[in-house]
Amino acid sequence: MTRLLITKTPKCYVGGAFIRSESGRVAPLHDASGAFFANIPQCTRKDLRNAVEAAAKAGPGWAKRSAFNRGQILYRLAEMMEARSGELTEAVALGGTSKAEASREVAASIERVVHYAGWTDKYEQILGSVNPVASTHFNFTVTEPMGIIGVIAPDDSPLLALVSLILPAITSGNCVVALASSTQPYPSILLGEMLATSDLPGGVVNLLTGLRSEMLPTFATHEHLRALSVAVNAADRKTLKLGAAESVKRVNLLKAEEPIDWFSDKRQGVEEIRALIEFKTTWHPVGA
Amino acid sequence: MTTMPAATAPTSLRRLFDEIGTVDQVGIEERVAKFTTRSLKKKSKVFGLRLAVSMVDLTTLEGKDTPGKVASLCQKALRPHDIGDIPPTAAVCVYPAMVKHAKKHVVGTQVKIASVATAFPSGQAPLKTRLAEVHAAVNDGADEIDMVINRGAFLSGEFGRMQDEIAAVVEACGQSTLKVILEVSELETYDNIRAASFLAMRVIRPGDFIKTSTGKTSSNATLGNNQVMLEAIRDHFLATGIPIAMKPAGGIRTAKQALHFLIAVKETLGDDWLNNRRYRFGASALLNDLVRQLEKERTGAYQAPWNFSDATEGY
Repeated sequence: MTRLLITKTPKCYVGGAFIRSESGRVAPLHDASGAFFANIPQCTRKDLRNAVEAAAKAGPGWAKRSAFNRGQILYRLAEMMEARSGELTEAVALGGTSKAEASREVAASIERVVHYAGWTDKYEQILGSVNPVASTHFNFTVTEPMGIIGVIAPDDSPLLALVSLILPAITSGNCVVALASSTQPYPSILLGEMLATSDLPGGVVNLLTGLRSEMLPTFATHEHLRALSVAVNAADRKTLKLGAAESVKRVNLLKAEEPIDWFSDKRQGVEEIRALIEFKTTWHPVGA
Repeated sequence: MTTMPAATAPTSLRRLFDEIGTVDQVGIEERVAKFTTRSLKKKSKVFGLRLAVSMVDLTTLEGKDTPGKVASLCQKALRPHDIGDIPPTAAVCVYPAMVKHAKKHVVGTQVKIASVATAFPSGQAPLKTRLAEVHAAVNDGADEIDMVINRGAFLSGEFGRMQDEIAAVVEACGQSTLKVILEVSELETYDNIRAASFLAMRVIRPGDFIKTSTGKTSSNATLGNNQVMLEAIRDHFLATGIPIAMKPAGGIRTAKQALHFLIAVKETLGDDWLNNRRYRFGASALLNDLVRQLEKERTGAYQAPWNFSDATEGY
């Protein structure tokens, strides 16, 4: 007996829920052979606005979690990805990447998550400090998350690049609103499903799909985004810099037109975390 | 919502329904669902947002209110934002004890002082005490009095007592405008809301208000109960020519919600009610969101909450 085909409606993960775009628009996604694969939500600047609101709700709670608990949750995300690594591999291979290469990208992505899961309760010891001062003060510096971070992933390495941009932000208690690869969005749809089962509070990571050109100006000017961590081309970088200057936000810009080795150890580590935190120094009077 | 069908209601209520008609609950809910689907383009949106700002009764009704907090609220009402040409709100709404502190900040401006009175929010005090509270607020300079109806009297069918009490408060108000709070969540059904609206409208003066709720119970102003009251005002106006004003209160926190309510007013009562003499919003958090959206329209960039006063979180 033939079974009725049960096809999946890919949805974006925003505020802990799976949403369609508020616009109702979708864009067809084709595999490397040109065959229709699925309709992907084509999000708008209003979806971006809603995602920022969701992140703002989730932020204070996520930042207040203990560092150890954040690590546990990120490790569970790696567990969820590991359990569905076959599916992730097929998603990455949709765009024409070979199965072997896709499998390598998925493994590297999972390891990157574990890498940052380990950092959650360690970066503070390295980045914070007790400072020698000339007066009778105990002077120390601690880190604080910045707030809501905008992430724009490049088209290539649709899973590894996205994970590499998101993870250092949430490790320290930031929230993320991320726009996935425009040409290969499907791995981000799966990543959303794994985030949903990873104990990560809803709204900490919000994943949008759609046209970069439509949402980029809003990423640039939205005042509630405190920083941008992106890999885009030169023209887009200019738009982001201009908007970021207007809204006074930090920018970490990678050049998408040049090859980026996302597998490299240089694309992970405490410096990536450091790029998305604020330092707070306290002067505490002590007896002479 | 527990229902008390008109057919099984007390005799006094049944007689009233024979006269004013009952409410089609399904019809009302389908009607109000449509209000949220209108597409407002920029010019209309800015008009609506500015209008909504001018209709806000900026409210603080907490045990921890202080003269200092009321003073800053009055400044906010007079000048909701330091950039841009944003109108002042309609009024500041406070407890009677705070009226004299608020009044001195708004003397000579178009911002009015409203005061809840009559043992707000329960109304469970002797009539003499409630009237004394109204007198005290009026003497301290309250331009508007927000009273609560005697829900106990209404629900037990003592309509005469309920109306007499409202009439007594009307008298105590003198020149001050009266707003009659029905406390819709305690009336439970749309039929009851319509009945209470009519009973109140028959004893108040033209230009006085009926108001949904105190904001102190679990459910507050919704598009549904707002619509029932707007239609009661319309039917009363068509029958008598007396215009009654309307104030939804509680639970309206976002600019988008406020625009939905204004669409309901426009499409039910028309342009004559689109001003702050005929329609108000009882709210505290709403003003910040209205200003935030106006700033978004002015600058083209989505705004962070910390750019506006009263934002609590810095995240």
